[in-house]
Amino acid sequence: MLTKRIVPCLDIKNGRTVKGVNFVNLIDAGDPVVLAKQYADLGADELVFLDIAATLENRGTTLDMVLKVAEQVNIPFTVGGGISSVEHVDALLKCGADKVSINSSAVKRPALINELADKFGSQCVVVAIDAKQVDGDWFVYLAGGTIPTEIKLFEWAKEVAKRGAGEILFTSMNHDGTKAGFANEALAHLSSLVNIPIIASGGAGTIEHFVDTFKEGKSDAALAASVFHFGEIPILDLKKALKEHNIPVRI
Amino acid sequence: MKLIIINYGAGNIKSIQFAFKRLGVEAILSNNIDEIRNADKVIFPGVGEASSAMKMLQESGLDKIIPTLKQPVLGICLGMQLMCNLSEEGNTKGLGIFNVDVKKFSKSVKVPQMGWNVIADLKSDLFKGIKDKEFMYLVHSFYAEKCDEMIAKTDYEIEYASALQKDNFYGVQFHPEKSGIKGSKILENFLKL
Repeated sequence: MLTKRIVPCLDIKNGRTVKGVNFVNLIDAGDPVVLAKQYADLGADELVFLDIAATLENRGTTLDMVLKVAEQVNIPFTVGGGISSVEHVDALLKCGADKVSINSSAVKRPALINELADKFGSQCVVVAIDAKQVDGDWFVYLAGGTIPTEIKLFEWAKEVAKRGAGEILFTSMNHDGTKAGFANEALAHLSSLVNIPIIASGGAGTIEHFVDTFKEGKSDAALAASVFHFGEIPILDLKKALKEHNIPVRI
Repeated sequence: MKLIIINYGAGNIKSIQFAFKRLGVEAILSNNIDEIRNADKVIFPGVGEASSAMKMLQESGLDKIIPTLKQPVLGICLGMQLMCNLSEEGNTKGLGIFNVDVKKFSKSVKVPQMGWNVIADLKSDLFKGIKDKEFMYLVHSFYAEKCDEMIAKTDYEIEYASALQKDNFYGVQFHPEKSGIKGSKILENFLKL
């Protein structure tokens, strides 16, 4: 049986991880390669690197980081942040990234999804969607949640799937940072609308939240940052607990 | 040990190269027919769409060469699918090394299958030291049906062949280069065949 995936997310700036990561016995907590290896050893199923300061000038630094991660890490990883062209994706994949995540650039030019899926295959195209629920309706936001749009989440999700996205990474801005649980109602609705895997993001605080997002939210994978970085939820403990709840996981 | 990764423009081959580098073996990318023929071991990778990958093989004449190779050959993911008879993806005629067709997963499951699933009923030296039902990383929308040449099976709504073998030809649907230390063990086994 296909297992549910646990995905730690690392924020990258100038080729280094930021926002603090607090592993015991770690000499260099800013080195993405060291962290990625550590997570792979601890049982993470996949990793996401989000380049939060993605600029044209920094592109070379990020490519160099991707190359180093691919060289040393033996589980799949996704790279996101500031990706808006076929050439850029080509360069990232050639450096060894398994998937790329696009967000604002897909909203600005939806044909980018088709172009990437046609050239590299749907399996490496993750469309990240940041959305906020306002008076009952979910709206898509751009540029890391700073720019509102009139685009409705569920319509957009259907469109990205139709255009060839291989996966949707959905972040609820209402839940992100709250540590009060994932947006399970919206996640379950997404899963019923599209036939591609959905990664839940935003709101992880306890092990119970992960159980809920796999059971109630029908999520295929769950992404989190701080609860993993600061050891609040050890991945192995999380997976054992999920297994006790009859949720299929890789241990 | 001369290890060649067939380079025909399909897919992300860097990860495979790095996986062998971690095992201390340099894998050389090549589309040179003599070089491929003279290698000790050959990797046939592939990510992307079947009909366009097949077209690239035909343009370089590699479609005629691969089935005549005598050394151990390992097809990975789409590489394995292209070694089969006929794929539903783009209605593509494959190399016909494995006597089995490639079908699309039905709409009752999420497509692509993406993530870690188990391989079972292991039947080859390729899996020496790998326990039954070990987890491997898979990403695919099409699958090879169960057949006589099956050396591992996986269950995703239906049971299908997640690895195949015929004589010196091996194929795996999963990505050993991305499947942690167990995947690495399979690559190491391949080098010892």
